[in-house]
Amino acid sequence: MKKEFEALMQKILAKSGINWPFPENLDFKGMPPIMVHDPYRIDYIHGFGQDSPFFLGIKNKRLLSTKCSSCGYVYGTPRAHCMYCGSECQWFELPKTGKIHTFTVCHSGSEAFLKETPFILISVEWERVNTLFFSRLKGVDVKNPSLDWIGMEVEVKFKKRPKNSKNVSVADVYFVPVRKQ
Amino acid sequence: MRPVYFVSGGVSKFEKARKDATFQALVKESFDYALKDLGLETKKALELLDSSVISYFSDHFTRQLKAGSMVHDYLGLCPKRTVRIEGGGATGGLCFQAAWKDIASGVSDICLAAGLETMSHVLTWKGNEFIALASDTNFDYPVGGFYSGYYAMMVVRHMKEFGTTLEQMAMVSVKNHLNALYNPYSQQAMRVTVQDVRNSEMIAWPLTRLDICVMSDGAASCLLVSENGLEKLIKAGAKIKVFAKVTGIGSGIDAMRMADRPHFDLNEFLEKYALPHEKESLETLDYYRELWQKGFRYPGVHSFRAGRVASKTAYEMAGVQDPRKEIDFIELHDAYTSSEIQTYEDMGLCKYGEGGRFVEKGITFMPDIDYGIAFPLQGWLPVNPSGGLIACGHPVGATGLMQAVFALWQLQESIEKHFGNKTLQVEKAEKGAIHSHAGTGTYVTVTILEREA
Repeated sequence: MKKEFEALMQKILAKSGINWPFPENLDFKGMPPIMVHDPYRIDYIHGFGQDSPFFLGIKNKRLLSTKCSSCGYVYGTPRAHCMYCGSECQWFELPKTGKIHTFTVCHSGSEAFLKETPFILISVEWERVNTLFFSRLKGVDVKNPSLDWIGMEVEVKFKKRPKNSKNVSVADVYFVPVRKQ
Repeated sequence: MRPVYFVSGGVSKFEKARKDATFQALVKESFDYALKDLGLETKKALELLDSSVISYFSDHFTRQLKAGSMVHDYLGLCPKRTVRIEGGGATGGLCFQAAWKDIASGVSDICLAAGLETMSHVLTWKGNEFIALASDTNFDYPVGGFYSGYYAMMVVRHMKEFGTTLEQMAMVSVKNHLNALYNPYSQQAMRVTVQDVRNSEMIAWPLTRLDICVMSDGAASCLLVSENGLEKLIKAGAKIKVFAKVTGIGSGIDAMRMADRPHFDLNEFLEKYALPHEKESLETLDYYRELWQKGFRYPGVHSFRAGRVASKTAYEMAGVQDPRKEIDFIELHDAYTSSEIQTYEDMGLCKYGEGGRFVEKGITFMPDIDYGIAFPLQGWLPVNPSGGLIACGHPVGATGLMQAVFALWQLQESIEKHFGNKTLQVEKAEKGAIHSHAGTGTYVTVTILEREA
């Protein structure tokens, strides 16, 4: 990473048209603005709080979401409280298969996911579910994206984690096209 | 509420990396420009200013908390009031409106709205990550979220619903990059063709590099005043002849998670979200009835409800009945070519679903620039005469304020003075709109400015 940074700094300097004037009367050798490499790393104790049942569901290979106990609004991504009436929601298991509502193929991305490119992001819809679920699609040709993918029937899958792993992420969920029998 | 006037503004040079200046000095550059344009001495201005509102989006980019107060401090405004505003991509727009509130409420007579972003402090990939942290970090970001991907998903649905084409999107890129050739403040001005846009590097299908704005270091400043403030400035020697009155502000927000966006039926749309000129047109009502019969639901992931609410509120306040006839130009938050098209619809310039075909009419292009494409109605309502975010750059916290400054110069007819040429001057500009927008339409602001002399 440091090397990459140094290369970037050199590039910035080469391009920099505006240089802050260094004081001439102090016998400094003239030079461009000063930059330093300064890494920064943080470890978080991240909690899922009221959404924890969703993540427990993933650990048990079940995709859970919530529905409002008062107005009946059904969420494809869980919310512990309803965004329309404020009431508490109840947990339920989403169907194993849904349909692609929209998608993209990412050829670039955030640092953490660059090595996974190209990858496909999708929103999944289910009948009688009012909102969507954001996930990845595997098992189709990333080189030939097509609007016809919208409406494709997809099946939920779960990534395997080592047995004793305590970690869990929404990224453990992904979808594949439903194989026609 | 008191009337609020916008009398002067300045924009720093936007660059991929401004290593010659820290964030404070970047703001100072834009602030000094605004004062110089008024012919006002800095010392006098510092005495007269009552408050400031400072905006920047990301603490991760600055790696300096309370950077807002440090800007205020650097400019020489201690111990006066200041507050920091943040709202994703709409940070600048929200900052402008917060300064408006400071004046309208009677709390301040003269308020500085200034914004900044220093995005060059990390590599682009890390920058993508910092921006993506403004999406749900439990449900969206870990999946591999990044903003170009989210917008790509939104426009893919738009393409499916309405037949919007890649070429229509590319035309927005042609327009904004070419307009910017005449704007010395722009970061990425160039003449490109529809084919160049399609051939450039694929970032998130179908969005290519030339469909997407660039990251920048930069700052912008706006001076807002009450009537009292105006008098005080003039008394102190400021030359103020033509300026702008802020006649409407509107803002709206939507669910952070795209997945949570509602899918309303026609009645709910007409009741809560349709604009007056849409409701009055039988042809439009028929069109919408047909659309909903085909299965269209509002806003879904293809439209920005917050953009519609922001527009509707601002139009109501400014008394705009039909934006297509009453607004002379718009500085619109085109982080993506796709979102410019989607926003045409939210702002009521065309019906929902017609954004793509609307581009092809040329209405939003400048009247006298040769884009190499024949348009039937070129230049009727220029959008992003400056070149927008796609070509000027998008130093997030400064962007909405940059748009405000460019809009003020349009209304003052001072584009030639500031740009060195008048190609981008919209003729007889009396009323302009500025539109600021945060990721996937979470925060959106629309502000209406009118020429005042």
